[in-house]
Amino acid sequence: MLESELAKIKDEILSVSGVNPRKCMCCGKCSGTCPSYDAMEYHPHEFVHMVETGDIEPLLTTKSLYTCLSCFACIERCPRQVEPAKLVEAVRMVVERQRGPQHLEAENVPGLIDGDMPQQAVVSAFRKYRK
Amino acid sequence: MQRIGVFVCHCGTNIAGTVDVKAVAEALGKENGVVYSTDYTYMCSASGQQLISEAIKEKNLTGVVVCSCSPRMHENTFRKCAERSGINPYMLEIANIREQDSWICKDMPTATAKAVALGKAAVAKVTLNAPLTAGETPVTKRALVIGGGIAGIQTALDIAEAGFPVDIVETKPTIGGKMAQLDKTFPTLDCAACILTPRMVECGQHENIRILSYSEVTQVKGFVGNFTVTIKRKARYVDETKCTGCGECTEKCPQKKVPNEFNMNLDNRHAIYIPFAQAVPKVATIDPDYCMKLKDGKCGVCSIVCQAKAIDYTAKDTFIEEKYGAVVVATGYNPIDLSKYNEFAYAESRDVVSSLEFERLMNAAGPTGGTLLRPSDGKHPKTIVFVQCVGSRCSADAEKGHEYCSKICCMYTAKHAILTRDHYPDTECYVFYIDVRTPGKNFDEFYRRAVEQYGVHYIKGMVGKVTPQADGTLDVQGSDLIMDKQVHIKADMVVLAASIEADKTARPLATMLTASMDTNDFFTEAHPKLRPVESPTAGVYLSGCCQGPKDIPDTVAQASAAASKVIGLLVKDKLKNNPCVAESNEDMCNGCSQCENVCPYGAITYIQKDFRGPNRTTVTRRVAQVNPAVCQGCGACTVTCPSGAMDLKGFTNKEIMAEVDAICR
Amino acid sequence: MPVTEKNTETSTGFKPKIVAFCCNWCSYAGADLAGNNRLEYPADVKIIRIPCSCRLNPLFILRAFQRGADGVILCGCHPGDCHYTSGNYFTRRRMTLLFSMLNFMGIEKGRTRVEWVSAAEGAKFAKTMRDFVETVTKLGENKRLEDLRCKTTN
Repeated sequence: MLESELAKIKDEILSVSGVNPRKCMCCGKCSGTCPSYDAMEYHPHEFVHMVETGDIEPLLTTKSLYTCLSCFACIERCPRQVEPAKLVEAVRMVVERQRGPQHLEAENVPGLIDGDMPQQAVVSAFRKYRK
Repeated sequence: MQRIGVFVCHCGTNIAGTVDVKAVAEALGKENGVVYSTDYTYMCSASGQQLISEAIKEKNLTGVVVCSCSPRMHENTFRKCAERSGINPYMLEIANIREQDSWICKDMPTATAKAVALGKAAVAKVTLNAPLTAGETPVTKRALVIGGGIAGIQTALDIAEAGFPVDIVETKPTIGGKMAQLDKTFPTLDCAACILTPRMVECGQHENIRILSYSEVTQVKGFVGNFTVTIKRKARYVDETKCTGCGECTEKCPQKKVPNEFNMNLDNRHAIYIPFAQAVPKVATIDPDYCMKLKDGKCGVCSIVCQAKAIDYTAKDTFIEEKYGAVVVATGYNPIDLSKYNEFAYAESRDVVSSLEFERLMNAAGPTGGTLLRPSDGKHPKTIVFVQCVGSRCSADAEKGHEYCSKICCMYTAKHAILTRDHYPDTECYVFYIDVRTPGKNFDEFYRRAVEQYGVHYIKGMVGKVTPQADGTLDVQGSDLIMDKQVHIKADMVVLAASIEADKTARPLATMLTASMDTNDFFTEAHPKLRPVESPTAGVYLSGCCQGPKDIPDTVAQASAAASKVIGLLVKDKLKNNPCVAESNEDMCNGCSQCENVCPYGAITYIQKDFRGPNRTTVTRRVAQVNPAVCQGCGACTVTCPSGAMDLKGFTNKEIMAEVDAICR
Repeated sequence: MPVTEKNTETSTGFKPKIVAFCCNWCSYAGADLAGNNRLEYPADVKIIRIPCSCRLNPLFILRAFQRGADGVILCGCHPGDCHYTSGNYFTRRRMTLLFSMLNFMGIEKGRTRVEWVSAAEGAKFAKTMRDFVETVTKLGENKRLEDLRCKTTN
């Protein structure tokens, strides 16, 4: 992708999420807390770092966008209030908007749920997939 | 008719960069009364002052205006220059065209116009200035040190060695502070008690030092050189003059379930106690919240066993009033409350401890006699995880901790790890860090010893969660940013490097002393770089962690610095007063007492005075009189005065209004 | 070189005259700190130093308006932190009365202000000045209290 396109995407990500990645002091507590760490290719701290340096292309295609549980533990624990999960969500939203709407039909949801699925995951799924 | 000289400073490019100094000098040269106007690169330098001096003499100047940096920087410098050159130092005014003009406005024409306006105001004021002479107040040659930790102790010893009497006021029953609780100190691994206790004993025995332990400051009145302080001596229920510190009472006391704050509540003490063996003064104290005799009237064993007959259950808090010339604040720090850090299971598990608690567990005089044992089951820990920056370096909006770095934690964690590995080579130590900050002398070498010689594992990353497991161990989940992994460590103990904050007594004390504090409750210094041990309030000095987090070497350095400032003050017999004091025009005074009521220093009294009346009679009237030694020049009385009789020298009504007129022209 | 003044950003090009009284201990030091940190605020604000905010006689404020000032602001130490212990308490009461009287006379509230600024609050000082200048600029020139006899041609 062109540099200018990437720059525009970065601006969109920052304005949508309201996050200031420069506040990050690279402590790694977000990734240390993340329950989904092993299932993610790029981890919360890498999202913050890569958005700041503009290395956004790999983030747009990674599966980590969907393996992030949106549990917001990283937001809760971050000592600098950087809110990495919001950044992940913003990247996800940018990707989804490009892909087009109605990715998940409400009728299809019951088939995907099992007894262990926490309520929050269902809500986040709607938030993720109905863009 | 005044002959005023105007001197406009370039301050290099600080002013000249955004203000056309030549234009300013030219414009001000046209003002009424100005006979000489010039500019120069650095007015405060020797050659700049020479310029002013020569101009005063050659042009017979009666008043001087300097357009330069803030008067808070160089007013004294220029006043002294004026005095040396033969004019009264108060015939000089400064227009602040740097901090309040060239540095806040980037547009040259606007900044220049403002500089001219400010210069005109200064000229208008100095035109009306009258020469003033400073009076003198005596100095009480006695110092007060509030806080008996290493900072207070060092300051007191230095002042006492210089020959001045010092009182140390300490809220705990003994002096020693936090350093008495430490095991070994970095980077030398000296035993803290071994280097501290001789100092404590010296304080106790020094002829110039009086220790007021178990006491608090309740009121401060007065000003530099003449403070009057009220100190509350809390009831110990033990006569200090009789108690020999033998300790019989502490052994026989049946109340054994009192949490021992010296050991961070890891074990218990008795209701009558001596905090630790090397306490100074070595005097027992009864804790009224737990003593059965004081609460229910039962027991009384200690008074029976006491050979010195020192126990007195009827004791009450007493108040004493003392006069001091200088006050030093050395109230120290406390680790933060870790209860908000649920992610580390601090409240859940007894094996998750704060750094100060770990210090007590390592200490030979601590709750486990110096053997490192898990608080939960008394077993020896095989794996210890140290978590850095708990509550430090948090952004302000996170509300969980403090924004600043607590400065000592990186070093003391390295120390803890080294000591653990040294005593127990089979115990693994892991340190999760964000940065390792080792700025002092031999500090980085100390940290490298921990890694290279003692094999402490340093992991760059943070702990996200500590989960107590069913088998009594702790699962520590954290990130390893260098390996890009999330690691799980099965630990037997977790030590949290808790942030340190100012002691809670600091804020009420600051109000009493009118000393300023910042948003973190640390006392502010008069200038962050150049005046680190004085508070902006004259006569109040700062020593130790009350001013900001610091380690022992820096604390001792600052303590001695504060002492040197105090000695510099106490060595003077008289202090030159501020001559800008209030003055009442007795012809206009109607004796209403309004001014007397508002004066915070009690500087105004009323006298009966005789005046010549009409037809050769004498009229006796009640008029106000200001004591120039006590008046601090606030001006509250001048506004209160209904007849306009009261005015403030140096800031008279006419002078201020002339400034207003000049600005609004 | 003739000294000209640049216009602030208004459509009419009106530049207000603001007199600020700052107490020597807290607010003047705060103003200096704003300068040290190179924070910007409009040069329309000109500061007069007084030992304590309680030195400010309400008549000085009226004098400023009489002589053509468009806004007057008084800065002092936070209540409880006055260098002279109680000065700012008097200030608070006096200014409440004065502003109430001015309000009764029809002088817009926005033209006067009291702000507590400590020596550590350089940013607050700059922000306060920016806000105040903006407010006074919107209110326009002070016509009600100015005394035409005092108008000079500079």
